[in-house]
Amino acid sequence: MYGSFRVLFQVLWAHLLWGWVLGSELTFELPDNAKQCFYEDIIIGTKCTLEFQVVTGGHYDVDCRLEDPDGTTLYKEMKKQYDSFTFTASKNGTYKFCFSNEFSTFTHKTVYFDFQVGDDPPLFPNENRVTALTQMESACVSIHEALKSVMDYQTHFRLREAQGRSRAEDLNTRVAFWSIGEAIILLVVSISQVVLLRSFFSDKKTTTTRVGS
Amino acid sequence: MMLSVPAAGVLLLLAWIHPGDGLYFHIGETEKKCFIEEIPDETMVIGKYRTQLWDKQTSSFLPSTPGLGMHVEIKDPDTKIILSRQYGSDGRFTFTSHTPGEHQICLHSNSTKMALFAGGKLRVHLDIQVGEHTNNYPEIAAKDKLTELQLRVRQLLDQVEQIQKEQNYQRYREERFRMTSESTNQRVLWWSIAQTLILIVTGIWQMKHLKSFFEAKKLV
Repeated sequence: MYGSFRVLFQVLWAHLLWGWVLGSELTFELPDNAKQCFYEDIIIGTKCTLEFQVVTGGHYDVDCRLEDPDGTTLYKEMKKQYDSFTFTASKNGTYKFCFSNEFSTFTHKTVYFDFQVGDDPPLFPNENRVTALTQMESACVSIHEALKSVMDYQTHFRLREAQGRSRAEDLNTRVAFWSIGEAIILLVVSISQVVLLRSFFSDKKTTTTRVGS
Repeated sequence: MMLSVPAAGVLLLLAWIHPGDGLYFHIGETEKKCFIEEIPDETMVIGKYRTQLWDKQTSSFLPSTPGLGMHVEIKDPDTKIILSRQYGSDGRFTFTSHTPGEHQICLHSNSTKMALFAGGKLRVHLDIQVGEHTNNYPEIAAKDKLTELQLRVRQLLDQVEQIQKEQNYQRYREERFRMTSESTNQRVLWWSIAQTLILIVTGIWQMKHLKSFFEAKKLV
C-alpha cells in the first residue's frame, strides 16, 4: 500500500516538475556533414505543425525529413530555407524528424524549428466548464490568440533579420580584407613589374642594343 | 485518504503514457549539444530536461538512472559564462538575461559510471520556455487570489510586455544592422578612392623610374 502510494507521489512530483509540454521551439547548431534528429511521442488524432528556418550558414538551406512511427516519410525536402508542414497524427507512437547538413563540406548551419503538438494547455488545468465563456472571457481568448500570432511573426522577423545581419557583417569583413589584399597585390605587382623589366636590361653589358638595322 | 491500488495503478498508467514528455533527442557520451536562444534583456528562461539511459538487457530506455548527470553551461551574448553547473539525471535550470542577444545553452553528459554508457545512447528530453511561457498561471492565481477573468487579463498583460521587450530588442538590432551597413558603405567608398590613388601613384612612379633607368642605360 505505502509502496504504491510513494510511487504515486513520485510520479505526481515528476509530473509537476515536467508539466504539460506540448510545443517545442529550439535553435541549434548543425555542424557540416552532420544530421540531427528529434523525436516526439504523439497520440493519434493530434494536429501537429513543424516549422523550420535556417538562420545562418552557407546558402541557408538544410534537408528536412519527417517520419511516422512505422518509418513512412510524411515530409521530405532537400535544401530548403524555410518551410511549414501541418499534419494530423494517424498513428500512436514516436514521430521522428531530422535535419541534415550532409551535403555541405565546410559550412555549419544554425537551424530554428518550432514543433507544435496539439493545442496549448488550458489556463486552468482542472477546468471543467459547465457554462459557456462570457463575452469578456471569449474576448480575452481571441486577444490571446492574436497576440500569440504576433509573437510568431516577431520570431520569424527576428530570424530573417538575423540572416540579413549576418550577411551584412560577412560583407563588411570581406570588403575590409579584400581591399587590404588588393592594395598589397597592386603594390607587389607594380614593383615586381619594374624589377623584372630592369632585370631584362641589366645583364646585357657586352651586347649593346641593336641600333637601327 | 488511502488511494486504492487499482486507482493508483490507473493514475500511474496515465502518468506513463501522458503526452507531456515532450521532445527528445539522443546524445553521445562526450557529445556537447548547444542551443541558442536569442532573447531581449530581463527575460526569464526556464529549461527542464530528463535523461534516460539505454539498457542493453531489456533493450529499452530505463525510466531514470541515478548517478547520471548533465553539465549545463550557459553563455551570454558576450560569451561570458553565466551558469555552469552539474545537475542530476533530471534537472531544471533557470536564468534571466541581462543583456539582449544570443544566449547559448550547452548540455553534455558527465556520467559518473562510464560503464553505463557502453551502449552509447542517452536519451534527453528537453524543454526550454522563454518569457511569459515561464509563468505558472495556476500558481499565480492561487497566490494573488485572482478570478478567472483577472488571470486571463494578467496573461494578456504578460504577453504584451514580452512583445514590447522584443520590439525594443528589434530596434537595437536594427541599429546594429544599420551601423554595419554604413560601415561597409564607408569602407567601400574610402578603399575605392585609396586604390585609385595607389594605381595612379604606382603608374607614375613606374614611368618615372623606368625613364630614369633607361636614360641611365643610355637607351633613351
